[in-house]
Amino acid sequence: MMNMSLFRLAFIYFRVGALNELQYRVNFFVQLLQSFIALGVGLVGLGLVFSHTTDLNGWSRPELLAVMGVHILMGGLISAIIQPNMQRLLDDVREGTLDYALTKPEDAQVVVSVREFRLWRFVDVVMGLIVLSAALFQLQVRLGVWQALAFVTALLLGWAMIYAFWLMLTSTAFWFIRVDQLVNLFEGVYAAGRWPVSVYPDWLRTGLTFLVPVAFAVTVPAEALTGRLTGQTLLGAAALAAVLLLLARWVWSRGLRAYSGASA
Amino acid sequence: MKDMLRYYLTGMKIAVIEQFQYPAANYFYMIGMIAEPVIYLVVWSTIAQAQGGAVGGYTPGQFAAYYIVWTLVRNMNIVFTPYGWEFLIRQGQLSASLLRPLHPIHGFISYFAGWKVVVIVLWLPLAAFLSLVFKPELHPTLLQVAVFAVAIWGAYLIRTMLSWLLGMVSFWTTRVSAIFELYFALELLLSGRLVPLSLMPLWVQQLAAYLPFKWAFQFPIEALVSPIPPAQLVAGLGMQVFWIVFSTLVMQVVWRIGVRRFTAVGG
Repeated sequence: MMNMSLFRLAFIYFRVGALNELQYRVNFFVQLLQSFIALGVGLVGLGLVFSHTTDLNGWSRPELLAVMGVHILMGGLISAIIQPNMQRLLDDVREGTLDYALTKPEDAQVVVSVREFRLWRFVDVVMGLIVLSAALFQLQVRLGVWQALAFVTALLLGWAMIYAFWLMLTSTAFWFIRVDQLVNLFEGVYAAGRWPVSVYPDWLRTGLTFLVPVAFAVTVPAEALTGRLTGQTLLGAAALAAVLLLLARWVWSRGLRAYSGASA
Repeated sequence: MKDMLRYYLTGMKIAVIEQFQYPAANYFYMIGMIAEPVIYLVVWSTIAQAQGGAVGGYTPGQFAAYYIVWTLVRNMNIVFTPYGWEFLIRQGQLSASLLRPLHPIHGFISYFAGWKVVVIVLWLPLAAFLSLVFKPELHPTLLQVAVFAVAIWGAYLIRTMLSWLLGMVSFWTTRVSAIFELYFALELLLSGRLVPLSLMPLWVQQLAAYLPFKWAFQFPIEALVSPIPPAQLVAGLGMQVFWIVFSTLVMQVVWRIGVRRFTAVGG
Protein backbone atom coordinates (compact mmCIF):
# COMPACT_ATOMS: atom_id res chain seq x y z
CA MET A 1 0.00 0.00 0.00
CA MET A 2 2.82 2.38 0.83
CA ASN A 3 4.25 2.95 -2.61
CA MET A 4 4.83 6.09 -4.58
CA SER A 5 1.82 5.58 -6.81
CA LEU A 6 -0.43 6.12 -3.80
CA PHE A 7 0.92 9.61 -3.32
CA ARG A 8 0.91 10.36 -7.02
CA LEU A 9 -2.68 9.24 -7.28
CA ALA A 10 -3.68 11.28 -4.25
CA PHE A 11 -1.87 14.29 -5.63
CA ILE A 12 -3.61 14.06 -9.00
CA TYR A 13 -7.02 13.85 -7.35
CA PHE A 14 -6.16 16.75 -5.06
CA ARG A 15 -5.09 18.82 -8.04
CA VAL A 16 -8.30 18.11 -9.92
CA GLY A 17 -10.34 18.81 -6.80
CA ALA A 18 -8.53 22.07 -6.20
CA LEU A 19 -8.89 23.20 -9.82
CA ASN A 20 -12.56 22.38 -9.62
CA GLU A 21 -13.06 24.49 -6.52
CA LEU A 22 -10.99 27.36 -7.87
CA GLN A 23 -13.77 27.93 -10.37
CA TYR A 24 -16.04 29.02 -7.54
CA ARG A 25 -14.11 31.75 -5.80
CA VAL A 26 -17.05 33.35 -4.08
CA ASN A 27 -17.37 30.14 -2.11
CA PHE A 28 -14.05 31.00 -0.54
CA PHE A 29 -15.53 34.13 1.00
CA VAL A 30 -18.63 32.27 2.09
CA GLN A 31 -16.42 29.70 3.77
CA LEU A 32 -14.34 32.47 5.33
CA LEU A 33 -17.43 34.12 6.75
CA GLN A 34 -18.75 30.83 8.09
CA SER A 35 -15.43 30.06 9.72
CA PHE A 36 -15.42 33.48 11.35
CA ILE A 37 -18.93 32.95 12.68
CA ALA A 38 -17.97 29.56 14.09
CA LEU A 39 -14.84 31.07 15.63
CA GLY A 40 -16.91 33.88 17.14
CA VAL A 41 -19.32 31.45 18.74
CA GLY A 42 -16.41 29.39 20.06
CA LEU A 43 -14.76 32.46 21.57
CA VAL A 44 -18.03 33.56 23.15
CA GLY A 45 -18.39 30.10 24.70
CA LEU A 46 -14.86 30.24 26.04
CA GLY A 47 -15.41 33.79 27.32
CA LEU A 48 -18.60 32.70 29.12
CA VAL A 49 -16.86 29.81 30.82
CA PHE A 50 -14.05 32.01 32.03
CA SER A 51 -16.39 34.78 33.17
CA HIS A 52 -17.53 32.30 35.82
CA THR A 53 -14.29 30.49 36.64
CA THR A 54 -10.53 30.82 36.33
CA ASP A 55 -9.69 27.31 35.25
CA LEU A 56 -11.51 24.31 33.92
CA ASN A 57 -10.23 21.12 35.49
CA GLY A 58 -6.71 22.50 35.59
CA TRP A 59 -6.75 24.00 32.09
CA SER A 60 -6.26 27.75 31.89
CA ARG A 61 -7.92 30.01 29.37
CA PRO A 62 -5.02 30.21 26.87
CA GLU A 63 -4.57 26.45 27.13
CA LEU A 64 -8.20 25.94 26.23
CA LEU A 65 -7.72 28.39 23.38
CA ALA A 66 -4.96 26.09 22.15
CA VAL A 67 -7.35 23.13 22.35
CA MET A 68 -9.87 25.14 20.35
CA GLY A 69 -7.22 25.95 17.74
CA VAL A 70 -6.39 22.27 17.31
CA HIS A 71 -10.09 21.46 17.17
CA ILE A 72 -10.68 23.93 14.34
CA LEU A 73 -7.52 22.82 12.53
CA MET A 74 -8.36 19.13 12.74
CA GLY A 75 -11.99 19.87 11.85
CA GLY A 76 -10.72 21.55 8.68
CA LEU A 77 -8.53 18.59 7.79
CA ILE A 78 -11.44 16.21 8.34
CA SER A 79 -13.96 18.18 6.32
CA ALA A 80 -11.49 18.89 3.51
CA ILE A 81 -10.39 15.32 2.91
CA ILE A 82 -12.04 12.60 4.99
CA GLN A 83 -15.66 13.65 5.15
CA PRO A 84 -16.29 14.36 1.44
CA ASN A 85 -14.69 11.06 0.45
CA MET A 86 -16.69 9.07 2.94
CA GLN A 87 -19.88 10.88 1.97
CA ARG A 88 -19.29 9.97 -1.65
CA LEU A 89 -18.56 6.38 -0.69
CA LEU A 90 -21.89 6.23 1.16
CA ASP A 91 -23.74 7.55 -1.88
CA ASP A 92 -21.89 5.18 -4.19
CA VAL A 93 -22.73 2.15 -2.10
CA ARG A 94 -26.39 3.10 -1.95
CA GLU A 95 -26.68 3.85 -5.62
CA GLY A 96 -24.44 1.08 -6.85
CA THR A 97 -22.04 3.45 -8.58
CA LEU A 98 -19.11 2.19 -6.56
CA ASP A 99 -18.41 -0.04 -9.57
CA TYR A 100 -16.57 2.82 -11.21
CA ALA A 101 -14.10 3.03 -8.35
CA LEU A 102 -13.68 -0.72 -8.05
CA THR A 103 -12.80 -1.18 -11.71
CA LYS A 104 -9.86 1.23 -11.47
CA PRO A 105 -6.47 -0.51 -11.56
CA GLU A 106 -5.45 0.73 -8.12
CA ASP A 107 -6.18 -0.43 -4.62
CA ALA A 108 -9.88 0.33 -4.12
CA GLN A 109 -9.46 1.60 -0.55
CA VAL A 110 -6.92 4.14 -1.74
CA VAL A 111 -9.15 5.27 -4.59
CA VAL A 112 -12.24 5.81 -2.44
CA SER A 113 -10.17 7.68 0.12
CA VAL A 114 -8.66 10.31 -2.16
CA ARG A 115 -11.33 11.01 -4.78
CA GLU A 116 -12.78 14.14 -3.20
CA PHE A 117 -11.03 17.23 -1.99
CA ARG A 118 -12.54 20.46 -0.66
CA LEU A 119 -9.97 23.17 -1.08
CA TRP A 120 -11.88 25.96 0.66
CA ARG A 121 -12.17 23.93 3.83
CA PHE A 122 -8.52 24.67 4.30
CA VAL A 123 -9.68 28.07 5.52
CA ASP A 124 -10.35 26.28 8.80
CA VAL A 125 -6.85 24.83 8.83
CA VAL A 126 -5.40 28.32 8.51
CA MET A 127 -7.87 29.68 11.04
CA GLY A 128 -6.95 26.91 13.48
CA LEU A 129 -3.27 27.73 13.07
CA ILE A 130 -3.94 31.41 13.77
CA VAL A 131 -5.94 30.61 16.92
CA LEU A 132 -3.21 28.22 17.96
CA SER A 133 -0.51 30.85 17.47
CA ALA A 134 -2.50 33.34 19.52
CA ALA A 135 -2.81 30.77 22.28
CA LEU A 136 0.89 29.95 22.22
CA PHE A 137 1.70 33.64 22.31
CA GLN A 138 -0.50 34.07 25.39
CA LEU A 139 1.08 31.05 27.00
CA GLN A 140 4.52 32.42 26.13
CA VAL A 141 5.58 29.03 24.93
CA ARG A 142 8.82 28.93 23.01
CA LEU A 143 8.22 26.10 20.66
CA GLY A 144 11.20 23.78 20.41
CA VAL A 145 11.91 21.59 17.40
CA TRP A 146 11.03 18.42 19.31
CA GLN A 147 7.82 19.88 20.63
CA ALA A 148 6.78 20.98 17.17
CA LEU A 149 7.67 17.57 15.81
CA ALA A 150 5.68 15.83 18.55
CA PHE A 151 2.73 18.09 17.77
CA VAL A 152 2.78 17.33 14.05
CA THR A 153 3.19 13.61 14.74
CA ALA A 154 0.29 13.61 17.20
CA LEU A 155 -1.81 15.53 14.71
CA LEU A 156 -1.09 13.09 11.88
CA LEU A 157 -1.75 10.08 14.09
CA GLY A 158 -5.01 11.60 15.28
CA TRP A 159 -6.03 12.33 11.73
CA ALA A 160 -5.23 8.76 10.68
CA MET A 161 -7.33 7.43 13.53
CA ILE A 162 -10.29 9.57 12.57
CA TYR A 163 -9.89 8.34 9.00
CA ALA A 164 -9.81 4.70 10.11
CA PHE A 165 -12.78 5.23 12.37
CA TRP A 166 -14.79 6.89 9.64
CA LEU A 167 -13.90 4.26 7.05
CA MET A 168 -15.14 1.55 9.39
CA LEU A 169 -18.33 3.46 10.03
CA THR A 170 -18.90 4.06 6.34
CA SER A 171 -18.16 0.43 5.52
CA THR A 172 -21.19 -0.56 7.57
CA ALA A 173 -23.17 0.89 4.68
CA PHE A 174 -22.33 -2.30 2.77
CA TRP A 175 -24.65 -4.13 5.15
CA PHE A 176 -27.09 -1.49 6.33
CA ILE A 177 -27.39 0.81 3.28
CA ARG A 178 -29.22 3.66 5.05
CA VAL A 179 -26.61 5.18 7.31
CA ASP A 180 -26.76 8.75 6.03
CA GLN A 181 -27.22 10.07 9.54
CA LEU A 182 -23.67 8.98 10.37
CA VAL A 183 -22.24 12.34 9.38
CA ASN A 184 -24.52 14.02 11.88
CA LEU A 185 -23.58 11.55 14.54
CA PHE A 186 -19.90 12.13 13.95
CA GLU A 187 -20.19 15.90 13.95
CA GLY A 188 -22.05 15.77 17.23
CA VAL A 189 -19.39 13.62 18.85
CA TYR A 190 -16.52 15.57 17.31
CA ALA A 191 -17.86 18.74 18.93
CA ALA A 192 -16.91 17.14 22.25
CA GLY A 193 -13.26 17.67 21.27
CA ARG A 194 -13.71 21.41 21.77
CA TRP A 195 -12.86 20.72 25.43
CA PRO A 196 -10.01 18.56 26.75
CA VAL A 197 -11.35 15.05 27.28
CA SER A 198 -10.20 15.07 30.91
CA VAL A 199 -13.24 17.24 31.62
CA TYR A 200 -15.64 14.40 30.86
CA PRO A 201 -16.79 11.63 33.21
CA ASP A 202 -14.88 8.33 32.93
CA TRP A 203 -17.28 6.42 30.71
CA LEU A 204 -17.49 9.29 28.25
CA ARG A 205 -13.74 9.85 28.27
CA THR A 206 -13.14 6.19 27.48
CA GLY A 207 -15.61 6.42 24.63
CA LEU A 208 -13.99 9.55 23.28
CA THR A 209 -10.58 7.91 23.46
CA PHE A 210 -11.09 4.44 22.06
CA LEU A 211 -14.53 4.35 20.47
CA VAL A 212 -14.37 7.67 18.65
CA PRO A 213 -10.74 8.75 18.83
CA VAL A 214 -11.50 12.45 19.41
CA ALA A 215 -9.11 12.47 22.35
CA PHE A 216 -6.20 11.51 20.13
CA ALA A 217 -7.27 13.83 17.35
CA VAL A 218 -7.53 16.99 19.44
CA THR A 219 -6.54 16.68 23.09
CA VAL A 220 -3.27 14.82 22.53
CA PRO A 221 -1.86 17.25 19.93
CA ALA A 222 -2.88 20.13 22.21
CA GLU A 223 -1.07 18.39 25.06
CA ALA A 224 2.04 18.29 22.92
CA LEU A 225 2.00 22.07 22.73
CA THR A 226 1.11 22.76 26.36
CA GLY A 227 3.87 20.51 27.68
CA ARG A 228 1.60 17.77 29.01
CA LEU A 229 2.41 15.07 26.49
CA THR A 230 4.47 12.10 27.60
CA GLY A 231 6.40 9.85 25.24
CA GLN A 232 4.23 7.02 26.50
CA THR A 233 1.04 8.67 25.27
CA LEU A 234 2.59 9.33 21.88
CA LEU A 235 3.69 5.69 21.57
CA GLY A 236 0.23 4.59 22.63
CA ALA A 237 -1.24 6.85 19.94
CA ALA A 238 1.02 5.29 17.31
CA ALA A 239 0.04 1.79 18.39
CA LEU A 240 -3.66 2.58 18.42
CA ALA A 241 -3.42 4.26 15.03
CA ALA A 242 -1.79 1.15 13.58
CA VAL A 243 -4.43 -1.11 15.11
CA LEU A 244 -7.29 1.07 13.90
CA LEU A 245 -5.88 1.32 10.38
CA LEU A 246 -5.51 -2.47 10.14
CA LEU A 247 -8.97 -2.97 11.59
CA ALA A 248 -10.44 -0.46 9.14
CA ARG A 249 -8.71 -2.27 6.27
CA TRP A 250 -10.24 -5.54 7.44
CA VAL A 251 -13.76 -4.15 7.91
CA TRP A 252 -13.54 -2.44 4.52
CA SER A 253 -12.53 -5.62 2.68
CA ARG A 254 -15.20 -7.65 4.48
CA GLY A 255 -17.76 -5.04 3.54
CA LEU A 256 -16.61 -4.99 -0.04
CA ARG A 257 -17.46 -8.68 -0.30
CA ALA A 258 -21.01 -7.86 0.69
CA TYR A 259 -21.28 -5.28 -2.06
CA SER A 260 -23.24 -6.07 -5.17
CA GLY A 261 -23.20 -3.49 -7.91
CA ALA A 262 -26.49 -2.19 -9.13
CA SER A 263 -25.56 0.21 -11.85
CA ALA A 264 -23.58 -1.66 -14.45
CA MET B 1 -62.38 24.23 9.52
CA LYS B 2 -63.28 20.55 9.65
CA ASP B 3 -61.49 19.99 6.35
CA MET B 4 -58.45 21.76 7.72
CA LEU B 5 -58.41 19.51 10.75
CA ARG B 6 -58.65 16.45 8.54
CA TYR B 7 -55.86 17.79 6.36
CA TYR B 8 -53.62 18.22 9.40
CA LEU B 9 -54.44 14.83 10.86
CA THR B 10 -53.72 13.13 7.56
CA GLY B 11 -50.41 14.97 7.20
CA MET B 12 -49.41 13.94 10.69
CA LYS B 13 -50.46 10.35 10.12
CA ILE B 14 -48.33 10.12 6.99
CA ALA B 15 -45.34 11.47 8.89
CA VAL B 16 -45.83 9.04 11.76
CA ILE B 17 -46.05 6.05 9.42
CA GLU B 18 -43.09 7.18 7.34
CA GLN B 19 -40.81 8.02 10.22
CA PHE B 20 -41.48 4.87 12.21
CA GLN B 21 -40.08 2.99 9.23
CA TYR B 22 -36.64 4.40 9.95
CA PRO B 23 -36.21 4.14 13.69
CA ALA B 24 -32.44 3.56 13.28
CA ALA B 25 -31.92 6.66 11.17
CA ASN B 26 -33.99 8.70 13.61
CA TYR B 27 -32.02 7.33 16.53
CA PHE B 28 -28.65 8.08 14.97
CA TYR B 29 -29.86 11.59 14.41
CA MET B 30 -31.05 11.99 17.97
CA ILE B 31 -27.89 10.51 19.49
CA GLY B 32 -25.76 12.87 17.40
CA MET B 33 -27.86 15.68 18.72
CA ILE B 34 -27.46 14.58 22.32
CA ALA B 35 -23.69 15.06 22.18
CA GLU B 36 -24.15 18.83 22.16
CA PRO B 37 -26.12 19.25 25.42
CA VAL B 38 -24.03 16.59 27.15
CA ILE B 39 -20.92 18.64 26.39
CA TYR B 40 -22.48 21.83 27.77
CA LEU B 41 -23.80 19.93 30.77
CA VAL B 42 -20.44 18.42 31.65
CA VAL B 43 -18.55 21.69 31.26
CA TRP B 44 -21.02 23.72 33.32
CA SER B 45 -21.41 21.06 36.01
CA THR B 46 -17.63 21.06 36.36
CA ILE B 47 -17.66 24.83 36.78
CA ALA B 48 -20.58 24.74 39.23
CA GLN B 49 -18.71 22.24 41.37
CA ALA B 50 -15.52 24.26 41.25
CA GLN B 51 -17.45 27.39 42.28
CA GLY B 52 -18.77 25.76 45.42
CA GLY B 53 -21.88 24.07 44.11
CA ALA B 54 -23.68 26.55 41.87
CA VAL B 55 -23.09 29.01 39.05
CA GLY B 56 -25.67 31.52 37.83
CA GLY B 57 -28.16 29.94 40.21
CA TYR B 58 -27.73 26.46 38.74
CA THR B 59 -26.45 23.45 40.62
CA PRO B 60 -25.14 20.42 38.68
CA GLY B 61 -28.49 18.71 39.26
CA GLN B 62 -30.34 21.72 37.86
CA PHE B 63 -28.00 21.89 34.89
CA ALA B 64 -28.75 18.22 34.31
CA ALA B 65 -32.48 18.93 34.36
CA TYR B 66 -32.03 21.91 32.06
CA TYR B 67 -29.98 20.11 29.45
CA ILE B 68 -32.00 16.89 29.49
CA VAL B 69 -35.24 18.78 28.87
CA TRP B 70 -33.16 20.75 26.34
CA THR B 71 -32.89 17.62 24.19
CA LEU B 72 -36.65 17.40 23.77
CA VAL B 73 -37.10 21.12 23.11
CA ARG B 74 -34.27 21.00 20.59
CA ASN B 75 -36.06 18.19 18.81
CA MET B 76 -39.29 20.19 18.84
CA ASN B 77 -37.25 22.98 17.24
CA ILE B 78 -36.40 20.88 14.19
CA VAL B 79 -38.60 22.19 11.40
CA PHE B 80 -38.36 22.51 7.66
CA THR B 81 -34.86 23.89 7.23
CA PRO B 82 -34.35 27.23 5.46
CA TYR B 83 -31.71 25.42 3.39
CA GLY B 84 -34.57 23.37 1.95
CA TRP B 85 -35.84 26.40 0.06
CA GLU B 86 -33.08 26.22 -2.48
CA PHE B 87 -34.24 22.69 -3.22
CA LEU B 88 -37.91 23.71 -3.32
CA ILE B 89 -37.17 26.41 -5.88
CA ARG B 90 -34.51 24.66 -7.93
CA GLN B 91 -36.43 21.39 -8.21
CA GLY B 92 -39.64 23.20 -9.04
CA GLN B 93 -41.47 21.70 -6.07
CA LEU B 94 -42.70 25.10 -5.05
CA SER B 95 -44.45 25.54 -8.40
CA ALA B 96 -46.47 22.42 -7.75
CA SER B 97 -47.53 23.45 -4.29
CA LEU B 98 -48.48 26.93 -5.50
CA LEU B 99 -51.14 25.31 -7.66
CA ARG B 100 -52.87 23.85 -4.64
CA PRO B 101 -55.64 25.82 -2.95
CA LEU B 102 -53.87 25.79 0.41
CA HIS B 103 -50.86 27.76 1.62
CA PRO B 104 -47.90 25.33 1.34
CA ILE B 105 -46.85 25.98 4.93
CA HIS B 106 -49.77 23.89 6.20
CA GLY B 107 -48.29 20.78 4.64
CA PHE B 108 -44.99 21.38 6.36
CA ILE B 109 -46.53 22.19 9.73
CA SER B 110 -48.63 19.06 9.76
CA TYR B 111 -45.89 16.75 8.48
CA PHE B 112 -43.31 17.93 10.99
CA ALA B 113 -45.89 17.88 13.77
CA GLY B 114 -46.52 14.21 13.03
CA TRP B 115 -42.77 13.58 13.03
CA LYS B 116 -42.61 15.19 16.47
CA VAL B 117 -44.93 12.52 17.80
CA VAL B 118 -42.42 9.88 16.68
CA VAL B 119 -39.56 11.92 18.11
CA ILE B 120 -41.23 12.25 21.51
CA VAL B 121 -41.79 8.50 21.67
CA LEU B 122 -38.17 7.78 20.72
CA TRP B 123 -36.96 10.47 23.11
CA LEU B 124 -38.43 8.87 26.24
CA PRO B 125 -35.85 6.05 26.57
CA LEU B 126 -33.04 8.51 25.82
CA ALA B 127 -34.27 10.84 28.55
CA ALA B 128 -34.49 7.92 30.95
CA PHE B 129 -30.89 6.96 30.15
CA LEU B 130 -29.62 10.53 30.53
CA SER B 131 -31.48 10.87 33.82
CA LEU B 132 -29.85 7.73 35.17
CA VAL B 133 -26.41 9.04 34.25
CA PHE B 134 -26.70 12.70 35.21
CA LYS B 135 -29.28 12.64 38.03
CA PRO B 136 -31.34 15.76 37.32
CA GLU B 137 -33.15 17.71 40.01
CA LEU B 138 -36.66 17.98 38.70
CA HIS B 139 -39.72 18.71 40.83
CA PRO B 140 -42.32 20.30 38.59
CA THR B 141 -45.81 21.08 39.77
CA LEU B 142 -48.79 19.81 37.83
CA LEU B 143 -49.30 23.27 36.36
CA GLN B 144 -45.69 23.35 35.19
CA VAL B 145 -46.09 20.02 33.42
CA ALA B 146 -49.23 21.29 31.75
CA VAL B 147 -47.62 24.56 30.65
CA PHE B 148 -44.59 22.65 29.38
CA ALA B 149 -46.78 20.32 27.34
CA VAL B 150 -48.34 23.34 25.63
CA ALA B 151 -45.17 25.42 25.42
CA ILE B 152 -43.18 22.84 23.43
CA TRP B 153 -45.79 23.12 20.70
CA GLY B 154 -45.72 26.90 20.95
CA ALA B 155 -41.96 26.70 20.52
CA TYR B 156 -42.48 24.45 17.51
CA LEU B 157 -44.79 26.97 15.85
CA ILE B 158 -42.54 29.98 16.55
CA ARG B 159 -39.53 28.17 15.12
CA THR B 160 -41.54 27.00 12.11
CA MET B 161 -42.57 30.54 11.26
CA LEU B 162 -39.11 32.00 11.79
CA SER B 163 -37.45 29.30 9.69
CA TRP B 164 -39.99 29.82 6.96
CA LEU B 165 -39.36 33.56 7.03
CA LEU B 166 -35.64 33.01 6.87
CA GLY B 167 -35.98 30.48 4.08
CA MET B 168 -37.90 32.96 1.95
CA VAL B 169 -34.67 34.96 1.63
CA SER B 170 -34.05 32.44 -1.16
CA PHE B 171 -36.60 34.32 -3.27
CA TRP B 172 -34.16 37.21 -3.46
CA THR B 173 -30.72 35.63 -3.42
CA THR B 174 -29.14 32.25 -3.90
CA ARG B 175 -26.19 32.98 -1.60
CA VAL B 176 -28.05 32.18 1.53
CA SER B 177 -25.71 30.05 3.60
CA ALA B 178 -23.77 32.95 5.13
CA ILE B 179 -27.00 34.69 6.17
CA PHE B 180 -28.37 31.48 7.62
CA GLU B 181 -25.20 30.70 9.55
CA LEU B 182 -25.15 34.17 11.08
CA TYR B 183 -28.78 33.80 12.07
CA PHE B 184 -28.19 30.38 13.62
CA ALA B 185 -25.23 31.70 15.58
CA LEU B 186 -27.33 34.53 17.03
CA GLU B 187 -30.11 32.10 17.79
CA LEU B 188 -27.67 29.76 19.54
CA LEU B 189 -26.49 32.54 21.83
CA LEU B 190 -29.81 34.30 22.46
CA SER B 191 -32.19 31.36 22.85
CA GLY B 192 -30.71 29.64 25.86
CA ARG B 193 -29.42 26.78 23.73
CA LEU B 194 -25.72 27.35 24.50
CA VAL B 195 -26.25 28.21 28.16
CA PRO B 196 -29.23 29.30 30.27
CA LEU B 197 -29.48 33.04 29.66
CA SER B 198 -28.94 33.80 33.35
CA LEU B 199 -25.28 32.92 32.78
CA MET B 200 -25.02 35.61 30.12
CA PRO B 201 -24.11 39.25 30.79
CA LEU B 202 -27.08 41.39 31.77
CA TRP B 203 -27.27 43.30 28.49
CA VAL B 204 -27.56 40.02 26.57
CA GLN B 205 -30.43 38.96 28.81
CA GLN B 206 -32.18 42.26 28.21
CA LEU B 207 -31.66 41.98 24.48
CA ALA B 208 -32.95 38.41 24.47
CA ALA B 209 -36.16 39.48 26.19
CA TYR B 210 -37.13 41.50 23.11
CA LEU B 211 -36.38 38.73 20.64
CA PRO B 212 -38.41 35.62 19.86
CA PHE B 213 -35.59 33.08 20.29
CA LYS B 214 -35.84 32.42 23.99
CA TRP B 215 -39.60 31.88 23.78
CA ALA B 216 -38.95 29.06 21.38
CA PHE B 217 -36.25 27.49 23.53
CA GLN B 218 -35.47 28.57 27.05
CA PHE B 219 -39.04 29.31 28.09
CA PRO B 220 -40.41 25.78 27.65
CA ILE B 221 -37.36 24.31 29.41
CA GLU B 222 -37.63 26.67 32.35
CA ALA B 223 -41.37 26.19 32.54
CA LEU B 224 -40.59 22.63 33.58
CA VAL B 225 -37.29 22.83 35.46
CA SER B 226 -37.32 26.18 37.32
CA PRO B 227 -39.60 27.22 40.13
CA ILE B 228 -41.55 29.83 38.17
CA PRO B 229 -44.64 31.46 39.70
CA PRO B 230 -47.90 30.58 37.90
CA ALA B 231 -48.51 34.16 36.75
CA GLN B 232 -45.17 34.16 34.93
CA LEU B 233 -45.91 30.80 33.34
CA VAL B 234 -49.13 32.12 31.87
CA ALA B 235 -47.41 35.33 30.79
CA GLY B 236 -44.80 33.20 29.00
CA LEU B 237 -47.49 31.38 27.08
CA GLY B 238 -48.87 34.81 26.21
CA MET B 239 -45.49 35.83 24.79
CA GLN B 240 -45.46 32.67 22.71
CA VAL B 241 -48.89 33.48 21.33
CA PHE B 242 -47.72 37.00 20.55
CA TRP B 243 -44.68 35.77 18.63
CA ILE B 244 -46.68 33.14 16.75
CA VAL B 245 -49.25 35.70 15.63
CA PHE B 246 -46.66 38.36 14.84
CA SER B 247 -44.36 36.07 12.85
CA THR B 248 -47.33 34.60 10.98
CA LEU B 249 -48.43 38.08 9.91
CA VAL B 250 -44.92 39.03 8.78
CA MET B 251 -44.63 35.68 7.03
CA GLN B 252 -47.84 36.35 5.09
CA VAL B 253 -46.68 39.78 3.95
CA VAL B 254 -43.23 38.59 2.88
CA TRP B 255 -44.75 35.55 1.23
CA ARG B 256 -47.03 37.70 -0.98
CA ILE B 257 -44.14 39.88 -2.09
CA GLY B 258 -41.79 36.93 -2.47
CA VAL B 259 -44.08 34.78 -4.56
CA ARG B 260 -44.44 37.63 -7.02
CA ARG B 261 -40.69 37.59 -7.45
CA PHE B 262 -40.62 33.85 -7.84
CA THR B 263 -40.01 32.48 -11.27
CA ALA B 264 -40.41 28.77 -11.66
CA VAL B 265 -37.50 26.70 -12.86
CA GLY B 266 -38.51 23.25 -13.93
CA GLY B 267 -41.17 21.27 -12.06
